[in-house]
Amino acid sequence: MQRIGVFVCHCGTNIAATIDVKAVAETLSKEPGVIVSQDYQYMCSESGQNLVKNAIKEHNLTGVVVCSCSPRMHENTFRKAAASAGLNPYLVEIANIREQCSWIHKDIASATEKAIILGKAAVAKVHLNAPLTAGESPVVKRALVIGGGIAGIQTALDIAEAGFDVDIVEKNPTIGGKMAQIDKTFPTLDCAACILTPKMVEASQNEHITIHSFSEISDVKGFVGNFTVTIKKKARFVDETKCTGCGLCTEKCPMKKVPNEFNMGLDNRSAIYIPFAQAVPKVATIDPNYCMMMKTGKCGICSKVCSAGAIDYKQQDQYIEQKYGAIVVATGFNPINLDKYDEFAYNQCPDVVTSLELERLMNAAGPNGGTLLRPSDKTHPHKIVFVQCVGSRCDDSKGKPYCSKICCMYTAKHAMLIREKYPDTEVYVFYIDVRTPGKNFDEFYRRAVEQYNVHYIKGMVGKVTPRSDGKIDVQASDLLANEQLHIDADMVVLAAAIEPDKTARPLATMLTTQMDTNDFFTEAHPKLRPVESATAGIFLSGACQGPKDIPETVAQASAAAAKAIGLLVKNSITCNPCVAHSNELMCNGCSSCEKVCPYGAITYIDKEFKMPDRTVAIRRVASVNPAVCQGCGACTVACPSGAMDLNGFSNSQIIAEVDAICK
Amino acid sequence: MNKNLKEQVLRSSGVNVLKCMRCGKCSGTCPSYDEMEYHPHQFVYMVERGDIETLMNSKSIYKCLTCFACVDRCPRNVEPAKVVEAVRLAAVRQQGNNHMNPNQIPEMLDDDMPQQAIVTAFRKYIK
Repeated sequence: MQRIGVFVCHCGTNIAATIDVKAVAETLSKEPGVIVSQDYQYMCSESGQNLVKNAIKEHNLTGVVVCSCSPRMHENTFRKAAASAGLNPYLVEIANIREQCSWIHKDIASATEKAIILGKAAVAKVHLNAPLTAGESPVVKRALVIGGGIAGIQTALDIAEAGFDVDIVEKNPTIGGKMAQIDKTFPTLDCAACILTPKMVEASQNEHITIHSFSEISDVKGFVGNFTVTIKKKARFVDETKCTGCGLCTEKCPMKKVPNEFNMGLDNRSAIYIPFAQAVPKVATIDPNYCMMMKTGKCGICSKVCSAGAIDYKQQDQYIEQKYGAIVVATGFNPINLDKYDEFAYNQCPDVVTSLELERLMNAAGPNGGTLLRPSDKTHPHKIVFVQCVGSRCDDSKGKPYCSKICCMYTAKHAMLIREKYPDTEVYVFYIDVRTPGKNFDEFYRRAVEQYNVHYIKGMVGKVTPRSDGKIDVQASDLLANEQLHIDADMVVLAAAIEPDKTARPLATMLTTQMDTNDFFTEAHPKLRPVESATAGIFLSGACQGPKDIPETVAQASAAAAKAIGLLVKNSITCNPCVAHSNELMCNGCSSCEKVCPYGAITYIDKEFKMPDRTVAIRRVASVNPAVCQGCGACTVACPSGAMDLNGFSNSQIIAEVDAICK
Repeated sequence: MNKNLKEQVLRSSGVNVLKCMRCGKCSGTCPSYDEMEYHPHQFVYMVERGDIETLMNSKSIYKCLTCFACVDRCPRNVEPAKVVEAVRLAAVRQQGNNHMNPNQIPEMLDDDMPQQAIVTAFRKYIK
């Protein structure tokens, strides 16, 4: 005979204001098997938990139902309480009468009725709960960081600092990411390269860090503590172990007309190239789309001049398989493509540039050696117009619905740097709102206005028209003056919205992590678990989770590292016992479950079965690896014969709940 | 504020004026801007405030070229030209004394004027 205790929480007024908790406790006390039913102001508090513990001991309970908030919030709390009182923690059920009842209803009578029904369903389920024991699985003491920008570098350095091995996988030939392309950083105006490149060198020299540059993730298997990842090392046609980075090949290469990605295509590089002087690893890469040797078989100059003999035109993609305990995603962002915003004439006029292009134009290592010149005729611009929110804060059909967050500050930075270096240049900034929430951020923006006399105009640019005399007509509204303006600008700079890198979505599929509609990775909890994904063992670092500036990215990178270290220090982790199992007598060997399992936890085995008349039959049946199964339940739905069942959420338990609700 | 008029304009335009984030791109893009007393962004805001009659009495409603540049470029998809058109319709549909009187027609007749223009003029509010 079951002896069930019901505990109804008021949650202050969160529940009690909409639900008659006394009536719920009273009604549920009459359910079969319920021998004690109580209500309390805060069941999760220490005294509330003691109420549960004492009842378990006093009444020798065989099951507990807590009517409270979502199980995501406090299921663990009450399971622990039950365990400490000697009851198997999986004999505790939560009826969610807060998020799914009191918070969404206004009428007390109907909310109370619903709470009672939810409570009855939980009581019906707990009748069928079986005690479960969690197993353990070992943790591989090695971390993988995907993306080698400032986020990935910081995460890797912090994990290495704790003494664990870390691999950085970077798709480009060098680590450094977007920060390497940036000239100065707000709000302190210190040089980005001066603070980033020492970190890049530190990462490359750290004995715990391995950098796989020019590499991609091609497959991920396994689960928290025990991922198996296949890394594709793309052929760079240069032997990394031999190349000394002397750069002679890049000088001698006759093919010099390749658009230079590092300078946003504003100048050209050679077909064999090192992205920039401080690249890590400083190893040359051949671009097979432009290399004459690769395309026509005639050239081979780089191979002749290389004294290290590092050039290998026949190099193939290599695949490495490695085991990891934790994975940190740091795939970063890109500015959006501006093709659909014709009104800004970005594709018509070379003097209409994006902010990231302006960074390169102003950078000492950029195409003009740090002198700001118009890309079209290499003259000094005397009037520059900045346009904010290009593609940000849009209706879904017109662009990105979110604020890209960093544009207000970098535009103020650009405006200020230009006014500082070229005081004869007039700078206009068209803004919708100036958003500067951050330490010393608003002061920085005010300095641009008050000290550097940058003209901030509340309004938006409607149309940009390149003129035949080389000037650019900028037509815009000045909302405060209620006027339409025409500015004959020399350059226009567009603060393009930022979006997650395109590699993020296929990666999310491989990692079975969630993304939002904008392809930003979703954190496990927006406030309390901001650097963890909902998939155990996968952590988030930097702009792949949402638009971020450098200090925020670094903070999140270190936080993700801390979470990963917290996992890696453990020798083993407790597994979720709510895993699937197959009833072999019912299994017909159809493989439906194997096909739907996202974790590869199901295999088929040939097993001997004793049949009537002492005969033996060999049948093909499903077998679940409980260490790999995450308990998602997909197989139980796919199974046509009802052989698959999930511990803790068995078919009979679910039906009992439904019956209780429909009664 | 005339609530019925606001309701009529919102319904006939199909525009949700609350989507406007006040960036002013519509007015930045408008080729008829200098001709208008009230500009596209003001149309959206004044309709939100229910100040429709002021707009109906302004010549601005006839200065909109319906070129739809503002509709095309509005980042929030507010479609300001549809608001202008709806206010213009509200003026045209006005019942009562503001319409052209048939007695005025003979003196306005002109051989070069197409008949359609006279028929149309009946529907229009006198400027």
